[in-house]
Amino acid sequence: MTRHQQFEKIWGNLPGWGQLAAVNHTSIGRRFMLTGAVFFIIGGILAMLIRTQLALPAQEILNPNVYAQVFTMHGTVMMFLFAIPILEGMAIYMIPKLIGTRDLVFPRISSLGYFCYLFGGIIIMSSLVLGIAPDSGWFMYTPLSSSEFSPGPGSDFWLLGITFVEISAMAAGVEITVSILRTRAPGMTLSKMPIMAWYILAMALMIVFGFPPLILASIMLELERAAGMPFFEVAAGGDPILWQHLFWLFGHPEVYIIFLPAAGIISTIIPVFAGRPLVGYRWIVLAIILTGFISFGLWVHHMFTVGIPQLAQAFFSIASMMVAIPTAIQIFAWIATLWHGKVTYNLPMLWVFGFLIVFVCGGLTGVMLALVPFNWQAHDTHFVVAHLHYVLVGGMFFPLIAGLYYWLPQLSGRMPSETLGRWGFWLTFIGFNATFLLMHLTGLLGMPRRVYSYSGGLGWDWLNLLSSVGGFVMAAGVGMIILDVALHFKFGRKAPHNPWKADTLEWATGTPPTPYNFASIPRIETRHPLWDKPELADEMARGEHGLSDIDHGRREIYGTDAITGKLKEVIHLPTNSWWPMISAGFLAFVCISLLVRVYPVAIIFSVLAACSLLRWSWENGGHRVMAPLTQEEHERDEPPLHSRTCDGPGLWGMNITMLADAALYLSLLFGWLYLWTVSPNWVVPESSAISLPGLLLSGALLSIGTWLYRQNVKRLCGGDDSGLMGRLGLTALLAMAHLLVLLWVTVSADLAFTENSHDAVLLLMLMFQIFHSALVTVTTALQSWRVKYGYVSKLLPYEPVVLKPLWFFTTAIFWVSFATFLLLPMVWGGGV
Amino acid sequence: MSNRKRRELKENSCIKRLAEVSIIAMVLSLTGCSGPLSTLEPSGPHAQGVAWLWWGMFWFATIVLIGMTWLWWRAMRRDGTNTAPEDLQKKQNSWVLWGGIALPTGAITLLLAFGIPIGHRMLPLDTDGVMTIEIEARQWYWQVYYPDLDITLIDEIHIPVDTPVNFQISSQDVIHSFWVPRLGGKVDAIPGRTNQLRLQASETGSFQGQCAEYCGVAHTYMDFIVHAHSAEDYAAWQEQATDEPRIIDNSREQSE
Ligand code: HEM
Ligand SMILES: [Cu+2]
Ligand SMILES: [Cu+2]
Repeated sequence: MTRHQQFEKIWGNLPGWGQLAAVNHTSIGRRFMLTGAVFFIIGGILAMLIRTQLALPAQEILNPNVYAQVFTMHGTVMMFLFAIPILEGMAIYMIPKLIGTRDLVFPRISSLGYFCYLFGGIIIMSSLVLGIAPDSGWFMYTPLSSSEFSPGPGSDFWLLGITFVEISAMAAGVEITVSILRTRAPGMTLSKMPIMAWYILAMALMIVFGFPPLILASIMLELERAAGMPFFEVAAGGDPILWQHLFWLFGHPEVYIIFLPAAGIISTIIPVFAGRPLVGYRWIVLAIILTGFISFGLWVHHMFTVGIPQLAQAFFSIASMMVAIPTAIQIFAWIATLWHGKVTYNLPMLWVFGFLIVFVCGGLTGVMLALVPFNWQAHDTHFVVAHLHYVLVGGMFFPLIAGLYYWLPQLSGRMPSETLGRWGFWLTFIGFNATFLLMHLTGLLGMPRRVYSYSGGLGWDWLNLLSSVGGFVMAAGVGMIILDVALHFKFGRKAPHNPWKADTLEWATGTPPTPYNFASIPRIETRHPLWDKPELADEMARGEHGLSDIDHGRREIYGTDAITGKLKEVIHLPTNSWWPMISAGFLAFVCISLLVRVYPVAIIFSVLAACSLLRWSWENGGHRVMAPLTQEEHERDEPPLHSRTCDGPGLWGMNITMLADAALYLSLLFGWLYLWTVSPNWVVPESSAISLPGLLLSGALLSIGTWLYRQNVKRLCGGDDSGLMGRLGLTALLAMAHLLVLLWVTVSADLAFTENSHDAVLLLMLMFQIFHSALVTVTTALQSWRVKYGYVSKLLPYEPVVLKPLWFFTTAIFWVSFATFLLLPMVWGGGV
Repeated sequence: MSNRKRRELKENSCIKRLAEVSIIAMVLSLTGCSGPLSTLEPSGPHAQGVAWLWWGMFWFATIVLIGMTWLWWRAMRRDGTNTAPEDLQKKQNSWVLWGGIALPTGAITLLLAFGIPIGHRMLPLDTDGVMTIEIEARQWYWQVYYPDLDITLIDEIHIPVDTPVNFQISSQDVIHSFWVPRLGGKVDAIPGRTNQLRLQASETGSFQGQCAEYCGVAHTYMDFIVHAHSAEDYAAWQEQATDEPRIIDNSREQSE
């Protein structure tokens, strides 16, 4: 067997149905993108329905009820099932190739993410087939989406389905962050990373912080609908505006989560076709970071008509305009790159050019909308519909297609057809502008968004007709692209290696790529490895660089330092596994049983899902199928295997997850403080329903447990594992005692959680705490058990270290909650 | 006729044609911009301010867009590899500094310089001679209450011309949005809170209003009309309305 065949055998997917157990990033990334494309077509068909209905005045092709479902699902599908997942898929596919490694760092998580996305998407789409789709608009404002005004299951489909799909985004966010930070090829410092990796890193971190507010809001609204906890109900002390804050706290960063990777594509393609390095690499990195930060401070610009205090409006207005600066920095850096280079003009560049015009136009109308007085007129009209499509289609779809054509030879090993491709571009470009350019005017002439029809004579007739015709022209263009791509797999010319003479490592994989990407991993000394050393690709393929050994039968990649890229360890990755699909399947059944409101079944499936996740976690570290301890491993002169270290990638994964968790918790805290200070009918009960002594006892137990756990880890990493099992067991028992007391406090508390939003938030906080406490208890007990099997020991100290941040986090939120939810109101007086 | 003269004549007629075309374009664009719900055919100071803002921003944005497209096009067409390496770094930086930082900063400053005063004038700050009308939105109609007159109308509002009016806007069920495009901006009607909107009509006439926030199946039909009367007409309407209330207010009592 040649080395390549051996690599293929270790890294390849299982045959036949075994494909479903695949965890390889190339396979998963492709599946993400393909599924995203299917959802794009579905969303596009819905768009065509909208445009058909609006083509002429006073039409009744769709009745208002169906129309509401159609526009809600169009927005929802496009945002949650197309834009985000397809970019995640692209990141999953590209990142390891760009940073010179063989896979993402938690491959099974990639697979879990994919199945959550797929199953969630199917669940959401099934509502449309059944005619009971969500119909309150893609941002689901309460009280319209609450059970009083939307009694049907539509909103539940949205809330549960989207939250389920969100698991995949969170998973990708954490995994990609850790991969970029810890698995770059040796020597690749942060400043030698391909610019795309910066963009994706920003996207991943923004997902980590941006999605939790929406997840929390969805949980709250679903609890309100299903259990009557009145978080958003004015009469019971809630506030519908809280939903808007939480939604847009997610929703605005989301726009940049979509835009940044797309801009990354532009920043990757332009230098290649200008034949020179990107101008202002550092400026662009700065711009990316700025965009990331600023985008979390803009959300109120979606709420200028809500009646927010003037000063706040002014602040958010100016902040919103400030985003123009990092964006302009990037655009001018791109222009400068083209200016100082010699441009090869071809299909990807045509899309880049289209991107520029459309996106700049969308950016300009965006600045206009940030101006409060103008916003008061244009908000919620077709002006906004036009603006958002210029930004989304221009800032995301055009770059995506540019990237598609650019990387197609890498993906398939074949070249697409220039002629069909050009037709596709021009039809899309002209159709798009015909649809949306004059739609700005439609809005200014007073056409609100989300009206299912209009009467003639308002000046909107010809504009709408034009938009509809344009929509179909664009659809034809999209059809042309799909045709082109589909045909090229069969008829495309064979692509030479690195056909565009690019500088980055993805072109050093095979075309089409092998599942292990690179037969050997080089040291990276420059930002443009393939320009500075054209023979590198061949050397890598011949196995002349690191990690070319495969006789151990493991999937191995390098772990490196987050900043300097110094080699730290060898990470052994899990191979194909069925657990991700099984876990996602159980979660899907949880979702479905919550939808039909059979809660006992939901509990059964939750337990099953938890069991399968724990079973999955069992196959880690020193487990037989991973990397059991062997004699000869001490003789290797390579760096240690990661499961033998105390700061492996798992710790990073846990830390990033805790950041997401903290964002979730902070959203809850925000909700509490917001309702307390703003909600018109907020009532604090006379006396606290919660037993303070009980809570203090519970907190004390948890704190002692945390202290003990810390000691355990310290000893373990210091090389002392005597009595480890008992110690971990004792810590787990403490956690259990804490949990039991907490449960008792919760159950015995007299909370009027269906009548009073104060008590509802309190209960939610307790549930949040209980969830974490239970997680700590179970996982620690499991660690103690693993000691018995020899999976955890002083030679394998990895896993207890991973759990440490979870302990700290659980304790931290306990005391913060204690202070803000109980002490603070006492200090301020329970005044009504 | 000499050649020169002929050319001149031709040029003259060219200019004439150009003038004609632009006049036609202007008329077209003006008629194209009018309509019963058009924000670009303002009939009150607030809508007027925003319409000016819009045209200013529109032309500015058009110039920026054309400029950027031109730059980009030039950049793609030229061969820039011959720049001396010692100049390169400086040139590259000035692209970013001028285009990336100075241009947007300048544009934002300009925008705010015009935008803030116009926005400020739209706020309900002064209270002299201001009339108050309470609006309560429901699925799917607008209930209009005159506290001074103690009458209630549905989907119909009467105001005197050239008088600032404060609308106190709230909702009984879901979120709606109160919008009379030709008079000014919109404000959401939200259960549990009351928002204020200041509007003023500078000419008599009837102006259509429309709910702008999606509020359920009949959102499309949740429209209303604002009649702006001259002082005498308004007095006459008041007289008649208080004489025989056209709609007896039941819903208000029930809900309280
Ligand atoms: C294929 C071309 C497309 C057409 C013709 C189209 C058409 C439309 C129209 C007419 C509306 C307004 C519906 C209404 O307010 O009644 C709309 C809403 C929307 N579209 Fe598109 N769209 C297209 C592509 C996209 C893409 C690619 C995205 C996102 C990546 C997108 C995202 C949205 C969103 C978020 C809304 C708001 C939905 C809502 O109001 O709840 N659209 N689209
Ligand atoms: Cu936004
Ligand atoms: Cu409405």
